[in-house]
Amino acid sequence: MDEIDRAIINTLQGGFPICDQPFAAMAEPLGLTAAQLLARIIKLKADGIISRFGPMWHAERMGGELTLAAMKVPQERFDEVAGIVNSHPEVSQNYAREHALNMWFVVATEKPGRKAEVLAGIEAGTGIPVHDMPKIQEFFVGLRFEA
Amino acid sequence: MDLSDTDLALVSVLAQGLPMVSHPYRAVGAQLGLDEAQVMARIQAMRDSGVIRRFGIIVRHHELGFKANAMSVWSIPDEEVGKVGRLLGDAPEVTLCYRRPPRLPLWPYNLFCMIHGRDRAEVEETIGALNRRFVLGAYPHAVLFSTRRFKQTGARYGRPIHQAAAAE
Repeated sequence: MDEIDRAIINTLQGGFPICDQPFAAMAEPLGLTAAQLLARIIKLKADGIISRFGPMWHAERMGGELTLAAMKVPQERFDEVAGIVNSHPEVSQNYAREHALNMWFVVATEKPGRKAEVLAGIEAGTGIPVHDMPKIQEFFVGLRFEA
Repeated sequence: MDLSDTDLALVSVLAQGLPMVSHPYRAVGAQLGLDEAQVMARIQAMRDSGVIRRFGIIVRHHELGFKANAMSVWSIPDEEVGKVGRLLGDAPEVTLCYRRPPRLPLWPYNLFCMIHGRDRAEVEETIGALNRRFVLGAYPHAVLFSTRRFKQTGARYGRPIHQAAAAE
């Protein structure tokens, strides 16, 4: 990654224009042609630096549900349980964390009521209680990273 | 905002990522039977209503060098949690900040922040500084570093195109 890649990452996390030739519009202030910008984005995706190029959704405003859930998983069952949790397409992230509650995952559904089904399915599939911790209040969602 | 079947089909196409072509919105429309202007108008409407929080690239923070991430949590009395949440949410070091319900007895914490850094020491230092700045030392507190990432895909929304078409 060079300085131009860093500038691309820092600029394009902020927003992307909605116009007929948005890459050309973004390329100019970066000192690139549209083709050069596209080639760099494709490379950054191939390198795994960029995971997605598109919308970050607000689940509740779409009419869906989003929650953070945690489980206390015995060490020897960790991989097996992770496999069951991850097999649900509604699970978008899953991390091992250092705590008695050691598996933390995000469930995002587009329909109300579906979240409870997914969590119940995970409990039934693993035999381990799932602690549902939906947000009560949002103070900041900024998840942006300076390259 | 109520999403129409066309919107849901658009959501589904966008979930695959914006096409890397000079006229991406035209290319998206071609998959849905919409023209470029219609696609731009629908995306703009979803952005204006907040259904789309942000439209752009989403990075893998680990690959970008942010190799340490910790969920920093506190148990704050209900009457104070709003104030403390706003203070932490405004802190530039905090990437996400939510109030969530405690789950006793295992989990007494009700305020959740994510802190990302290049290494563990940097994140610990950041959390220590937040605790000092906002005088949070008296509250029960825990820091949960992530040790393994099993999945990071982003949520999948929308409806396959054929289903949306069938509904219309």
